[in-house]
Amino acid sequence: MRGATHAKWAACAVTVALAATACGGGGDSGGGGDGSGIVGSSWGDPQNPLEPANTNEVQGGKVLDMIFRGLMRYDPKTGEAKNMVAEKIDTKDSQNFTVKIKDGWKFSNGEKITAKSFVDAWNYGAHLKNNQKNAYFFGYIEGYDKVHPEKGDASADTLSGLKVVDDTTFTVKLTQKFSTWPKTLGYPAFAPLPKAFYDDHDAWLAKPVGNGPYTVDSYAKGSKMSLRKWDGYTGEDKARNGGVDLKVYTDNNTAYTDLMAGNLDLVDDVPASQLKNAKNDLGDRYINTPAGIIQTLAFPFYDSKWSKAGMEKVRQGLSMAINREQITETIFQKTRTPATDWTSPVLGEAGGYKSGLCGDPCKYDADQAKKLIADGGGIPGGTLKITYNADTGSHKEWVDAVCNSINKALGNDKSCVGSPVGTFADFRSKASQQKLDGAWRAGWQMDYPLIQNFLQPLYYTDAPSNDGKWSDKKFDELVDKANAETDTGKAVSTFQDAEKVLAEQMAVIPLWYQNGSAGYSDKVSDVALNQFSVPVYNEIKVS
Amino acid sequence: MGRYVIRRLLQMIPVFFGATLLIFLMVNVMGDPIAGLCGDRKCDPATAEQLKKEFGLDKPVWQQYATYMGNVFTGDFGTAFNGQKVTELMSTAFPLTIRLTLVAIVFEIVIGISLGVVTGLRRGRPIDTVVLLLTLVVIAIPTFVTGLLLQLLLGVEWGVMKPSVSSEAPLNELIVPGLVLASVSLAYVTRLTRTSIAENRRADYVRTAIAKGLPRRRVITRHLLRNSLIPVVTFIGTDIGALMGGAIVTERIFNIHGVGFQLYQGILRQSTQTVVGFVTVLVLVFLVANLIVDLLYAVLDPRIRYA
Repeated sequence: MRGATHAKWAACAVTVALAATACGGGGDSGGGGDGSGIVGSSWGDPQNPLEPANTNEVQGGKVLDMIFRGLMRYDPKTGEAKNMVAEKIDTKDSQNFTVKIKDGWKFSNGEKITAKSFVDAWNYGAHLKNNQKNAYFFGYIEGYDKVHPEKGDASADTLSGLKVVDDTTFTVKLTQKFSTWPKTLGYPAFAPLPKAFYDDHDAWLAKPVGNGPYTVDSYAKGSKMSLRKWDGYTGEDKARNGGVDLKVYTDNNTAYTDLMAGNLDLVDDVPASQLKNAKNDLGDRYINTPAGIIQTLAFPFYDSKWSKAGMEKVRQGLSMAINREQITETIFQKTRTPATDWTSPVLGEAGGYKSGLCGDPCKYDADQAKKLIADGGGIPGGTLKITYNADTGSHKEWVDAVCNSINKALGNDKSCVGSPVGTFADFRSKASQQKLDGAWRAGWQMDYPLIQNFLQPLYYTDAPSNDGKWSDKKFDELVDKANAETDTGKAVSTFQDAEKVLAEQMAVIPLWYQNGSAGYSDKVSDVALNQFSVPVYNEIKVS
Repeated sequence: MGRYVIRRLLQMIPVFFGATLLIFLMVNVMGDPIAGLCGDRKCDPATAEQLKKEFGLDKPVWQQYATYMGNVFTGDFGTAFNGQKVTELMSTAFPLTIRLTLVAIVFEIVIGISLGVVTGLRRGRPIDTVVLLLTLVVIAIPTFVTGLLLQLLLGVEWGVMKPSVSSEAPLNELIVPGLVLASVSLAYVTRLTRTSIAENRRADYVRTAIAKGLPRRRVITRHLLRNSLIPVVTFIGTDIGALMGGAIVTERIFNIHGVGFQLYQGILRQSTQTVVGFVTVLVLVFLVANLIVDLLYAVLDPRIRYA
């Protein structure tokens, strides 16, 4: 593609004669070799306004990761939480924390970062009137129920658990013991905000100002954001390229085509239809690495048919009837890995991932599956309905494959059917209002690489994302115990004990861990995806 | 003529309200849009409540519609979920789509009508058969196939053009997408013109014109073509609206952030404000295009009178 320059110019000459078609050179993003060193990367239109506490999806998170640095940052390789702006975070009782920040950090507009930059930003993020979708991240801090009550108006403007001690120190009081809380602070919602954010909010949204290695040069909403290296950046992870141009694509297939034609340097979401060719097209420049995403099948425990005694056998049986190996290989081209626990490999052994924790119930065994389901009294209503949204992702393909696998194992064509819902919004509203019967596709993308994040928000009694309303006293107790544990190793093993309860009860069926897939041009090097499947932009080198 | 225009304009009012109300109801029955905003987790109820209030989703549908229409008449089309004003989205999307549509229409007029005239005058000859076959092929192949194929061949394999259109979308980058968008209509225009020309060629007035000894060129452009264009103009007129709204496929393939893309995003995210706003404008485009077509009849055929 790039080698064929002569042929290209000849072709151009012909075209110009026919009609004034432009001969696209290297594209406006890079120009290759002109020394600007700009990485052209694909992007999707962020769903929400770009504010730290209001961004909950990958596309917006990508930008925040470039223009913000919080107290902690997750090592892009190991996922370990390391101090960034924080000098140290101390606690004696796992409930009261003292945060000391490093001196000398600045926002790119020159404003100094102080303890107040954090406290004000967190108070803003938690306050009900600001409509921040990540407000619940501040839920562990004392006073959250006053600032963000479940009903009615806020009765306080600031979180009582936050106190500024001096310019570089503030204290945090939590409502419960939570030993690993400091490790959650790498999440973008906890980023500091400059005064400009509150003074002129609209102007800030039009051109966000942060404290990360990049600054926003220009932002045309819905089409392109140009980020440039910030020379005044004080952190150690300085950008190794001149900047990044994020281009919104209407379709990731087009982005992939642009990569093949040499108009784009990086595509961080290889379309499913191209997975088969990606290895051939790109060779070493195709990345397929684990991300902190797990996909599961959830059940309606609010429906007595599914929660009655003995049903755990049916759920285990269904799990055993799914041939995960085959589905991940044929449908996902190995961009998914069969799941054997409820976390993700990106946590690492020390972080709580334990291969095989689920044991036999997660292994394919058609005969045993049939027996277990019969023992448990059979599938309620005789047919398992799996609901999914048909608008995005290739959910139809795998749901049909899962159903096929179950039908084959049980020897009955009517054991399982897929049930599509038109849009994601409709699907989510049905799931969160407990209007689904039968099973549905569920998924979890971690907020921070902690085992706690894979368990508590999903399976704790009445937890915010416990859509199936599963509840187990033993599980809850173990999670509470793990959170109170000051020793990280002990906390992790207690969480794993809680996970074993999930295995006994088969609260949800783990299906597979999702990988991040990306491809890049030969113009750039040192490209990697972090645990959130976001490219580590500041490491990328442009040749 | 004046009375006719006024009557037509008045007729537009019920059509306009009916169409917008239908769209409004359709988007609303799709369920709760806020639920999709929080990703795979449940929105925390207090924030969801606040958001609903902000977007006016907590009120009954008829009230939402009334407020919405009230705002539309003051030029306020509301706010999309990503915090952008819908008017802002429109101001970036419509110029792109209009440009794309213009390119497509120009192709339809220039290529479609010329081919139609040529084949109509040479009915039954080899060229006629070839063009007929070609148009049949074009009509039979779906747009996304032609689009993807051209993109792959011209953009990746031969490197003649960029596979995607940049955000500024200059005219030269729109030539291929415009051709793809126009392709099916172009085939219809060719066939319509051909039939119409072939029919009128044997009409009395054409024979008279030839008998008067007028030059062949004048007979064709002034007498034959002008009368034959009436059905073609009707088709192209209604096609303007169809092209603008139906550009979704072409816009997606060539990465054009126009009306089709915004509508698609709006529907996926169930953003009522975006969808209704864009459709409202499209309805207006349809209505105005139809009016213009009707008025053009008189220009083409002076015998047509309006009352």
